[in-house]
Amino acid sequence: MKIYLSMDSAAKALGSEEVAVALSAALEARGETVEVIRVGSRGMVWLEPLLEIDRGQGREAWGPVAPEDVAGILAGEVESLGLTEEIPFFARQTRLTFARCGVIDPLSLPDYEAHGGLAGLRRAATMTGEAIIDEMKTSGLRGRGGAGFPTGIKWDTVRMAHADQKYIVCNADEGDSGTFADRMIMEGDPFCLIEGMAIAGLCTGATKGYVYTRSEYPDAVAVMREAIIRARAAGVLGDDVLGSGRAFDMEVRVGAGAYVCGEETSLLNSLEGKRGVVRAKPPLPALEGFLGKPTVVNNVISLATVPVIFEKGAQHFADFGLGRSRGTIPVQIAGNVKHGGLFETAFGMSLGDLVEDIGGGTASGRPVKAVQIGGPLGAYFGRDKFDTPFGYEEFDGQGGLIGHAGVVVFDDSADMLGMARFAMEFCAVESCGKCTPCRIGAVRGVETLDRIKQGDGAAVELLTDLCETMKDGSLCALGGFTPYPVMSALESFPEEFGLTKEAAE
Amino acid sequence: MNPQPRAPQALPEVGEEEIRPLIDRNLHLEGPLLPMLHDIQAAFGHIPETAVPMLAAALNLGRAEVHGVISFYHDFRKAPAGRHVLKICRAEACQSMGGEAMAERLLAQLGLDWHGTSADGRVTVEPVYCLGLCACAPAVMLDDTLMGRASEARLMAAVEGAEG
Repeated sequence: MKIYLSMDSAAKALGSEEVAVALSAALEARGETVEVIRVGSRGMVWLEPLLEIDRGQGREAWGPVAPEDVAGILAGEVESLGLTEEIPFFARQTRLTFARCGVIDPLSLPDYEAHGGLAGLRRAATMTGEAIIDEMKTSGLRGRGGAGFPTGIKWDTVRMAHADQKYIVCNADEGDSGTFADRMIMEGDPFCLIEGMAIAGLCTGATKGYVYTRSEYPDAVAVMREAIIRARAAGVLGDDVLGSGRAFDMEVRVGAGAYVCGEETSLLNSLEGKRGVVRAKPPLPALEGFLGKPTVVNNVISLATVPVIFEKGAQHFADFGLGRSRGTIPVQIAGNVKHGGLFETAFGMSLGDLVEDIGGGTASGRPVKAVQIGGPLGAYFGRDKFDTPFGYEEFDGQGGLIGHAGVVVFDDSADMLGMARFAMEFCAVESCGKCTPCRIGAVRGVETLDRIKQGDGAAVELLTDLCETMKDGSLCALGGFTPYPVMSALESFPEEFGLTKEAAE
Repeated sequence: MNPQPRAPQALPEVGEEEIRPLIDRNLHLEGPLLPMLHDIQAAFGHIPETAVPMLAAALNLGRAEVHGVISFYHDFRKAPAGRHVLKICRAEACQSMGGEAMAERLLAQLGLDWHGTSADGRVTVEPVYCLGLCACAPAVMLDDTLMGRASEARLMAAVEGAEG
């Protein structure tokens, strides 16, 4: 018998540590010595803390478990949810990037290898940089941070650049509300990210990597740091990566509470120890990035998806998906939703299916009013856009973006003018201050929305104009995309801004 | 943001000899300033004014540049916070579950505004924009402990139950 208990931050926030204490007490009372393996999350957050017991017939699940339930579960008095893998929310997924998350002990390298880990790196170590690029291009992988830029092309630019030092920087500054995929994989399968970064290093000739993550993620920082130490001890990192004769090593750096540092050039400035202000592009970070050297900056999920591409082959990955959106995407279903969590699926599922069918509608039981996709800079979609399939171009065509694939659900009590105001307020708080449309525009945006709230209909035109200026004139996505939530709220819910539907269009 | 008025109190004295090793041990890093600031804040609960010229000298920067970095980031403090820090998420996913209203009721009960510290120096309440617990909102962090599906009753109990 083996017992598995999640130690993901979300599980901890819902009481997994109290369950762990109750579990060891109950096992002692029963005189049983059973190994309790702490794992990452399976992604079914509404079932956390999730307890699994394997009595040789597969892993049976119980959840959400309270400390007082534990004795009964061990005594066989509490019915389980069945096998974890047969729970519909889980069974309907295609887990490529998250295949091991919640399954293995995150810090056990033998466990990692037993579940397909390092196979990709071993294969990549026998390949030339050019062959690795071809594989990446065939996979069709696009940046999962939100911009959707083809990862292989970015790597190729760095590979072709001449420099004495190149870098791989992992953007783990996951600040978008509604997203937690980066955190989950760093806490639940850190070696996967390490392996992806090492492959990027071998490909481009970069010998040093950095994971830049958030101070709000202390557990992820601790797990990543320990995993790096273990990977180094096992020769996965260091001067001779898996005997390839090539070097790659990495470390974790922690931000200091600035949302804008998720923007790649601010991130690089912050990593250098400067104020996290945006840099104008060009030069591209691929040519002049960290300390002025050629640098790959990729999101956690982009990099953590690389190992499976090399393990199973690029074509296997590319066979999933829709149009130019290839492979799978870990959709994070959050907010006011019954079954919230991480749902990895091939691109192409409709938004409505994700929210109503997979997510089970709202937690409050009231009708869904709107969902915000892609974080605080993402558009609000009303139910009229629920047919939109999950894909980069498909969302763009509806005036939105998938961003980092967070979906925040709101019920009919949501105040859309208030949400639009919040988007501007957030932009004002987090603006780096370098460009005027963002720094001043966000403050004026809050004021203008306050005027609209007080019944000043003429201010709507001003708001629209301001949003145009921010969109066209801002240096980065913070100022440039804040108009998405604002204008989408206005266009989808004009009556809340004192307009008729026709006037808004 | 209206910082809560608080009785002026002398900042704790921190000597150069206490700060020095925290700078030295990070000097070999590429881009060492943030790791230094994190270490200093972890040791003293804030960035003492004494540290600014030391950091500037160690990294060949102007004092204004060091100050500029410290003031840019929300995490770094010029003065210590209360003995406990309660961070309440204000981002969209938490708002969708009534987080904003919960926060306002809690602040009212504590008699504080955002960023305020209780008169006894026991607790500081700060906003945070996302703890990555968006599928179990509303979320808060009391010191190092995360809490999902938070309610004001549970929060008040946790704040009152916190030692010190």
